[in-house]
Amino acid sequence: MKVGVVTFPGSLDDRDAARAIRAVGAEAIALWHGDSELHNVDAVILPGGFSYGDYLRCGAISRFAPVMTSIIERANTGMPVLGICNGFQILCESHLLPGALTRNHALHFLCTDQRLRIENTTTAWTSNFTVGQEIVIPLKNGEGSFQCDDATLAQLEDEGRVVLRYVGENPNGSRNLIAGITNARGNVVGLMPHPEHAIDPLTGPSADGLPFFTSVLTALVGK
Amino acid sequence: MALDTVAAAGTTPDRSQPFAALGLKPDEYQRIREILGRRPTSSELAMYSVMWSEHCSYKSSKVHLRQFGEKAPHSDALLVGIGENAGVVDVGQGYAVTFKIESHNHPSFVEPYQGAATGVGGIVRDILTMGARPIAVMDPLRFGPADAPDTHRVLPGIVAGIGGYGNCLGLPNIGGEIVFDETYAGNPLVNALCVGVMRHDQIKLAKASGVGNLVVLYGAKTGGDGIGGVSILASETFDSTGSAKRPSVQVGDPFVEKVLIECSLEIFAEDLVVGIQDLGGAGLSCATSELASAGTGGMKVALDTVPLRDPSLSPEEILMSESQERMCAIVEPSKIDRFLEICKKWDVTVTVIGEVTDSDRLIITWHDEVIVNVPPRTVAHEGPVYERPCIKPDYVDRVNAEKLNLPMPTTASEIRAAVLKLISSPNLADKSWVTSQYDKYVQGNTIQSQPEDSGMVRIDEKTHLGVAISTDANASWSYLNPYEGAKLALAEAARNIATAGAKPLAVTNCLNFGSPEDPGVMWQFAETVRGLADGCLEMGLPVTGGNVSFYNSTGDVAILPTPVIGVLGVIQDVRTRTPMSFDRTGLDLYLFGETHADLAGSEWAYLHNQRGGQAPTADLQREIRLIKLLLEGQPLFAAAHDLSQGGLVATLSEMVLRHNMGATIQLTGDLATALLSETPGRVVVAVEPTNAQAINTLAAKHQIALTQIGTTGGSSLTINDAAIGLDELRRAFTDTIPKLFGHSRADLPSILPLDAKKIG
Amino acid sequence: MAKIVVDVMLKPEILDPQGQAVGAALPRLGFTFAKSVRQGKRFEIEVDGDPTPAQLAEVSKAAQTLLANPVIETFVVKVEK
Repeated sequence: MKVGVVTFPGSLDDRDAARAIRAVGAEAIALWHGDSELHNVDAVILPGGFSYGDYLRCGAISRFAPVMTSIIERANTGMPVLGICNGFQILCESHLLPGALTRNHALHFLCTDQRLRIENTTTAWTSNFTVGQEIVIPLKNGEGSFQCDDATLAQLEDEGRVVLRYVGENPNGSRNLIAGITNARGNVVGLMPHPEHAIDPLTGPSADGLPFFTSVLTALVGK
Repeated sequence: MALDTVAAAGTTPDRSQPFAALGLKPDEYQRIREILGRRPTSSELAMYSVMWSEHCSYKSSKVHLRQFGEKAPHSDALLVGIGENAGVVDVGQGYAVTFKIESHNHPSFVEPYQGAATGVGGIVRDILTMGARPIAVMDPLRFGPADAPDTHRVLPGIVAGIGGYGNCLGLPNIGGEIVFDETYAGNPLVNALCVGVMRHDQIKLAKASGVGNLVVLYGAKTGGDGIGGVSILASETFDSTGSAKRPSVQVGDPFVEKVLIECSLEIFAEDLVVGIQDLGGAGLSCATSELASAGTGGMKVALDTVPLRDPSLSPEEILMSESQERMCAIVEPSKIDRFLEICKKWDVTVTVIGEVTDSDRLIITWHDEVIVNVPPRTVAHEGPVYERPCIKPDYVDRVNAEKLNLPMPTTASEIRAAVLKLISSPNLADKSWVTSQYDKYVQGNTIQSQPEDSGMVRIDEKTHLGVAISTDANASWSYLNPYEGAKLALAEAARNIATAGAKPLAVTNCLNFGSPEDPGVMWQFAETVRGLADGCLEMGLPVTGGNVSFYNSTGDVAILPTPVIGVLGVIQDVRTRTPMSFDRTGLDLYLFGETHADLAGSEWAYLHNQRGGQAPTADLQREIRLIKLLLEGQPLFAAAHDLSQGGLVATLSEMVLRHNMGATIQLTGDLATALLSETPGRVVVAVEPTNAQAINTLAAKHQIALTQIGTTGGSSLTINDAAIGLDELRRAFTDTIPKLFGHSRADLPSILPLDAKKIG
Repeated sequence: MAKIVVDVMLKPEILDPQGQAVGAALPRLGFTFAKSVRQGKRFEIEVDGDPTPAQLAEVSKAAQTLLANPVIETFVVKVEK
């Protein structure tokens, strides 16, 4: 099983995402932003970071990278894609996911061990969780406030497309405490928190992030 | 203005030159004329002035800093010592670790966000320049009183700047300190530490050798940033009415730096450079002269080939520019194509600006006219050296003779009140409002970060080898006795490494002081260096490098002497490290070390506005025994936490709050002293009751006093008959900083107030 | 040389914490005039000569594609001499 991890200029958590993929026994394939070739990967992770410095809007420039054209094409035909943090922002800018991530309401970067609740276990990236399960994984960003219009919000809720929700105080002002969403098909998921930093209690707050990566293997095997 | 060339300097020997405005003294200017045998060109004058500034030349500190070499203990671990961009230490398994700490105090006062951000950027490039991948940063910070308006101007911006730059570089921030004290009002201290790792054979040095090799400038384009920043900002006086023509503030671009790091590491991996130097303070002046001086001496540079962001810059300004995110490499001609290719891959601007020559002169041309022709050693390494007068200031004997008159809590209610007062004070209160603005997880190797005693990162995922770093300073003790203060800071930093189970290996330092032209400050400095050098010799820890920051004063009030000492240690298996606290009930708590009435310079005394008395005397032999004990006993300890500011009260409070697990403490004798004293060389450990005999044997073997003080469990911190619920304790601990700064905004303009004009 | 200016603002219904914070800071500094503040972005694009309608259309397209995120932002294109 091959899972690609894209490196954009300014990607930071690419090596961590690759480590998480290896931790569940899959092969991590490095993908370069300027190369539209996906090297036969079965799934793709867009990692966290500050691609292109996040100077215009987070993810706004990366979505136009050659690799994204290929990823969007494959995502539309069902390839599992996970966007973490900056990757989530890129997925929104690419319109693979609705809404946008804006400045945290407290207006500063926040790095914290975040309690979250799993809301949807039908996606390619969450099937190895149970609905209602609570997990703790790192949240670290400056622009993680999920925003969208009322109609989109209603649609996301009605269709059960909220994958992950913050538990407790709203850390960043996201609407409906949304920490992660999926597309209608369930193959594209965007998360603000970082499961790749929670694969070993030695280096993270827990190992609660691992099921995101085992889930995609289950999804791919089941195909 | 017409171009000032070497030829023109020959024909107009008497032209008056603004050396004083550039910070040069008349005799220094005269020496330049003697070196060159003529007047310097304006470009040469710019180079000399900036390279002979206090910041670049260490002219006031050099005579003292020599002790770090003269008294250096023998160490097999030291691979690269003082003099390079950063020292390099062997940590085993073929790995070399480099670390260094630097100040960015003055720029952070002027523009907190950019000052702090570029401070991080600069130290990270120093580490990168050694050939290492930067793996973590730490930031010891000092501010004026927590409720002072200027603190509210600078603190949020500095914190946001450190986070904004470091987070964007993907470097975990694993520790540091935040201390508030009146003397830092109008002169905050922003010290930035970076640590990097490489294989032994990847170490790079800043020298230009090999005739015909190319001088390559890569990274950001050159703009008018921080022109004169080094010589004007970091030495002598500066005021806000200076030239508005060019910004004196450097602006950082962390994205460019991140790309520069990845690009450089790819270049290093293919062994494409002979020598490398980053461009920091003094920009190209520094990089070219240092590279040439450390190499064979000869270099030729065509300054007009430097890519510019602002085409109106003059050659003098290009030489002085402190535009960030630039590197200068020496590359063999056969390797240049590959070098350029990698830069292209990362979209990094790169230009060949010159070559190494077989002369002993650094020659810089501007459109084929020679504007600089100097022996590079005279610019970079043979600057002026001053033996400034050192006189023990009057205050020392006076404050040392003062008797403290402090309330000493004895009843349960007094103890409760004292604990809550201490842990809610800004210096001891929880700093997570600050540290949560830093990414501690990126790179996935962080084992320990704030609020642990030290930061720890794994450097090999297979063997679990790791390094730990702690930075410490106790300026109150240094004020009372700078010699002992330096030793005590060293001992504390080393102890903070050892509590986690790492073996201390090497030392870096950032020495923050007032004006070297004040003989009293110079005495503080000399005593500090003497103390640190003696301490390092006694503890067997080599100093690998450091930084001196002078002229930290507001009006005629100098800051407290603040030597920030960083100690790096190695741990063979990070999985075995000892955390600072316990998460289970039924463990026995022990105190290692004796407690004396050491309240001088303590947090309790500070809270009662008393600064007098005598600092403790450092007993480094005992510290060495304690470190050995901690390392040998590591398997026995479920938790270990150092005692420092705030004494036993702070240590116990931090331990019970860390994992919300209470403790019951029984103390005998002088209760107030037991709780509030800051006697150095003490550690609290948590141990399984079955290990009681082993602990006693261990303490006896290393001749360290051992006292059983209580057990873990429950939902309160109970000290004799004084009980404080963990919820109440937590509120006191965590409310203070958000209440003070929660509404402060880093992105609102932090304009320097007009009445805060800075003098010397 | 003319300048094409693109002003980008968050849509009125989108939360603007930066604008709110500035709005809250103004009265603290004694400026009491503001009922509300919203913060936006301004792009200045230099072109040779007077911008043609075709150029402006191109800029609008670029604004729609890159400079603004139509999910949360609106934009206005104008010319400044």
